[in-house]
Amino acid sequence: MAIYLDYAATVPMPPEVLAVYTDALAVVGNPSSIHSFGQSARQIVEESREAIALAVNADRNEVIFTSGGTEGNNLAVKGIYWERNKEFTSRKKIVSAYTEHHAVIDAIEWLEKHEGVEAIWVPVSEEGEIDFDWYRNYLSEHSDEIALVTFMLANNETGIITDLKKFVAMAKDHGIPTHSDAVAAFGHIPIDFAELGLDTMAISAHKVGGPVGVGALLVSRSTKITSLIQGGGQERGIRSGTLNAAGAKAFAFAAEKALKSMDSHNLHTRKLVEQIRQTVGQQIPGARFSRGGQPGLPHNAHFTFEDAKSDSLLFLLDQAGYAASAGSACQAGVARPSHVLLAMGRTEAEANGTLRFTVSESTSEAEVQQLLEILPDIVATARA
Amino acid sequence: MKVLAAMSGGVDSAVAAARAVEAGHEVVGVHLALSRMPGTLRTGSRGCCTIEDSMDAQRAANKLGIPYYVWDFSEKFKAEVVDDFIAEYQAGRTPNPCMRCNERIKFAALLEKALSLGFDAVCTGHYATILTGEDGELELHRSHAYAKDQSYVLGVLTAEELRHAYFPIGASASKDDIRKEAAERGLSVANKPDSYDICFIPEGDTQDWLNDKLGSTPGEIVDRSGNVLGEHPGSHSYTIGQRKGLNIGKPAADGKPRFVLEIRPKTNQVVVGPHEALAVTEIAGSRLTWCGSAPKQPEAWFAAEVQVRAHADPVPCQAALLNGELVMKLDDPLMGVAPGQTAVLYVGTRVLGQTTIDRTVSAVPIEA
Repeated sequence: MAIYLDYAATVPMPPEVLAVYTDALAVVGNPSSIHSFGQSARQIVEESREAIALAVNADRNEVIFTSGGTEGNNLAVKGIYWERNKEFTSRKKIVSAYTEHHAVIDAIEWLEKHEGVEAIWVPVSEEGEIDFDWYRNYLSEHSDEIALVTFMLANNETGIITDLKKFVAMAKDHGIPTHSDAVAAFGHIPIDFAELGLDTMAISAHKVGGPVGVGALLVSRSTKITSLIQGGGQERGIRSGTLNAAGAKAFAFAAEKALKSMDSHNLHTRKLVEQIRQTVGQQIPGARFSRGGQPGLPHNAHFTFEDAKSDSLLFLLDQAGYAASAGSACQAGVARPSHVLLAMGRTEAEANGTLRFTVSESTSEAEVQQLLEILPDIVATARA
Repeated sequence: MKVLAAMSGGVDSAVAAARAVEAGHEVVGVHLALSRMPGTLRTGSRGCCTIEDSMDAQRAANKLGIPYYVWDFSEKFKAEVVDDFIAEYQAGRTPNPCMRCNERIKFAALLEKALSLGFDAVCTGHYATILTGEDGELELHRSHAYAKDQSYVLGVLTAEELRHAYFPIGASASKDDIRKEAAERGLSVANKPDSYDICFIPEGDTQDWLNDKLGSTPGEIVDRSGNVLGEHPGSHSYTIGQRKGLNIGKPAADGKPRFVLEIRPKTNQVVVGPHEALAVTEIAGSRLTWCGSAPKQPEAWFAAEVQVRAHADPVPCQAALLNGELVMKLDDPLMGVAPGQTAVLYVGTRVLGQTTIDRTVSAVPIEA
């Protein structure tokens, strides 16, 4: 049986969540219908909405259900930009970092291509830290040209956590709305939407053991946003489409479950990651823990291996029965040099030789030990 | 043995992989990503390395129950095949990129990587056979499916590469049989069209593509005596043997049509002349490899056959290795042979070796 070490890609649905999900799938009724069936389905959606709101300390009205993280990020980036440009035609700049997920980068680049937006990519250190001084200076000089600011809470590849609060506060001082992609962070670190002061924030169900195809965009009560999808006007008119009651319920249940066990879960995964990090550091020359000393997601161990290519590493690991990742996969299944590592100023050779291990509560120390016994040989073979 | 099945997403490589599995080998399917910017879908027989091809290969691997991976060779492919293709045209030669790919990618970079990762052989869907000769050494031979024979593009394989090459469908009677077998095995690519064009030129228009890459500098059209007959918009738009589109106003003195005989990149001239002048009696090249074991006395003239294009007929010749140059004197003149093309030498069905053609000797001396 292969050992799964790719929990950041997707988290297997726990049996309890699956049971809740399938039960909810049996409920008859469109949540928007007036009759009693509709009302039963609606109740499921609204209870789920409250649970999600509670999970991130938001108001229940601030939860907009989506199809997942990619939709949430697109909706936020484009929706806020369009809304802002109804009032100000001179605010064409979007400030972000090139270490973002493609769901954000590509949405911004789409706006560049089609709507004349100018992307401002804030420099990032070799360990992935966003240059706050640069950001502060830029904002003070260009605040009236900026439509929005968007930074992810935790990076999906390297796991680095950004001190988002100070970035948001700085934007707020200049009256600039802020979005955050919290897909990678949700379920792994406590998130307080209200305290962060964000306008919008995207989260996804399958990263916490819920179903694929469900997510939420938190939209603060005071934020105006233009919708991407027009139709029946569900979700405050921001996101039309028949409400996915079962998906919402499974999402809410999975999120509650993940948050409840977060502390014990993190205690366990942090230990495993430390074990991986130490052994790799001691036994594999030319390996570098990507986020260095920066704070990061407890379950994420991301490395670069000089002179080894990710596709060889992943092949050898998979053949040996370990499912890991290069960071992010592209459509055709090719491991490409990581844009995140390149944005961190790493060489193409480094960005080509990445490996990400992400563990969970169900990963055992013995499994990690087994991995660490073969990993030095695998890296050596991949370098041959 | 542990076999890496190179799977393009086409029917041949899928059936080859299936036969390797059936033969009891431990098979892993690998699709080579050769393009940095893959298109999303194919158009008929055009294009290659698309997401569709990758998915087709994956579906075939699923059906065979073998692991499947995509390996990125796009950088190497660009450097070794695409850039080489452009450079060859720039130098006035006509290259064969598929051979270059076999030489530098499939049986070099891929094979090397496969061996270092613990494989014993690379399996492809080529139509050619590997036999053991009387001296016990491996030999590459033509496929029985003569119409589909691909031994020409494999002429670049060395003895060491032959030891690790595996062509499970090489001895098949015909392509139809392979399609039938694919259908019987439930492979969805059974009726997928063959690829004919150069995979990295998605629109299929080589001249347009080259113009885009190289730009076009107008130059002179001259006869073999150097008389200027007209102007051309860019020399790489011409191929040896081309008749149409020369746009020479003045007819030839003898009233006969004129053909492109030579491209001179240094002076950016296109040389034209009568059809007879296209005929060559001798071809030679010094960038050569022996396929399997080398002849015992290559310096002495020996009888062989030479093939200068993938789908051309072989012609009888006398060959010898003279001062590091493989010289082939043709029994009968051959039309339209261009430097840059590969000459593959056969003895019977056996591939003896190959050279990139550097020079040719015309059958007709220059008119006075």
